[in-house]
Amino acid sequence: MKIYGVALLAGCFLLGKLTGYLLGTLINIDGDMGGVGFAMIYLIAANVFMEKNKLQRKQTKNGVLFWGAMYIPIVIAMAATQNVKAAWNGGWIAVLVGVLVSILGYLLVPLISQIGKKTDKLEF
Amino acid sequence: MIEIVQNIIFKNGLIFAFLCVGVLMLLAFWTSKYILKNHIPGVAIAIIVALILAFFGDKKGLGDVKIFSGLSLLGGSMFRDFAVVATAMNADLIKIKAAGVAGFISLIVGVSFSFFIGAIIAFFFGYNDILSVTTIGAGACTYIVGPITGYALGASSEVIAISIATGVIKTICITIMTPLLAKKIGLNNSHSAMVFGGLMGTTSGVAAGLAATDVKLVPYGAMVATFYTGLGCLLCPTLFYIIMNYFFV
Repeated sequence: MKIYGVALLAGCFLLGKLTGYLLGTLINIDGDMGGVGFAMIYLIAANVFMEKNKLQRKQTKNGVLFWGAMYIPIVIAMAATQNVKAAWNGGWIAVLVGVLVSILGYLLVPLISQIGKKTDKLEF
Repeated sequence: MIEIVQNIIFKNGLIFAFLCVGVLMLLAFWTSKYILKNHIPGVAIAIIVALILAFFGDKKGLGDVKIFSGLSLLGGSMFRDFAVVATAMNADLIKIKAAGVAGFISLIVGVSFSFFIGAIIAFFFGYNDILSVTTIGAGACTYIVGPITGYALGASSEVIAISIATGVIKTICITIMTPLLAKKIGLNNSHSAMVFGGLMGTTSGVAAGLAATDVKLVPYGAMVATFYTGLGCLLCPTLFYIIMNYFFV
C-alpha cells in the first residue's frame, strides 16, 4: 500500500530531524544540523534493507516516489514565496557577495570533481 | 459570487496553491517547448517567473497576497524537506560511495571560501567590526547560516538582514545560472553533482538549479548540500569567528 511508503518516508524524516537537533544541542546551536541529510541516509538504508530482505513492494515505493516527484512544484512555490524585495534592497554588498561566491563556486566544481574520480566515468 | 469564490480559496489555500503551481508549470513547459525550442528548461522558466511574481508580495513573496497564502505552506520548509528526503529513494548507493571523499572535501572548501570571500568584501565595503564581517561572511554560505551566526554572536539586525539577502541572491544566482553553465563545468554525472552540492551549499538553489539541468542529479547534489548549512552553522560562529579575531586585534 502507498501509505506504507509515505509512513516510511515520514518516519525517516522525523528520525533525521531528531538526529539533526540532537547534534545541534550537542554543540550548543539551537538548530538542525544536517537533519535532512540524515533523513536521506536513513531512507537509503531502509531501501537497501528492504531490497536485501525482499520486502520491497512496488506500491510502497510509489508512495515515496510521489513525494519525490512533488519536489519541483514545491521548489517553484518556494521561489514564489522568497523575500526577493529584501534581497534587492540589501544593497550592492549582498548582490556582489552572492554573485561572486556563486561564480567562484562554479569554477571550483571541475577542479574538485577530479578528486576520487575513477577512470571509468560514473555517468548515467 | 466573487465573495463565494474568494471564500473557497481562502479556506482551501494549499489546494489552490497546487492548482496555481500546476498551471504555471504547464505554461512554462509549453513556452519552453514551442517558443524557446527547449533552449531554456521549463523548470527554469517556471522558477524565474515565480521569483518575479514574488515581487508582488513582501517578506513572504507572493504568499503575502491573501489568495496565494497557500503557496507559503506548499513552498515552506516542511514540505520542501519532506520532498527532498523522498528524492533519496532514487539515489544509487554505489555512486554515493564513489563520490564520498570528493563530496566531503567540497563541503569544507565550499563553506570556507564562501565565508572568507564574504568577509573580505564586507570589510572593503566599510564594515570594520568583527560581528558584521563574520555575519555577512556567514550569509555568503546560505541565508540560514547568516542569521543563525548573527543571532548567536549578537550582530545588529541590519547586518543580519544583509546576510539573509546575500544568501538569497546566491540561491537565485545558482538557480538561474546552473542550467546555463552545467555543460561547461562538467555537471552531468552524480559525482560532479555531489561536488557541486558541497561547494554551493544552498539546498534550495542547488536542488532547483539541478532540477532545471537534469532531474536525475537532484538527490546527489541535495544530499551533500543539506550537510552544508549544518557545517556552516557549526564553523561560522565558532572556528571562523575565532580566526577572524586574529585579524581584528
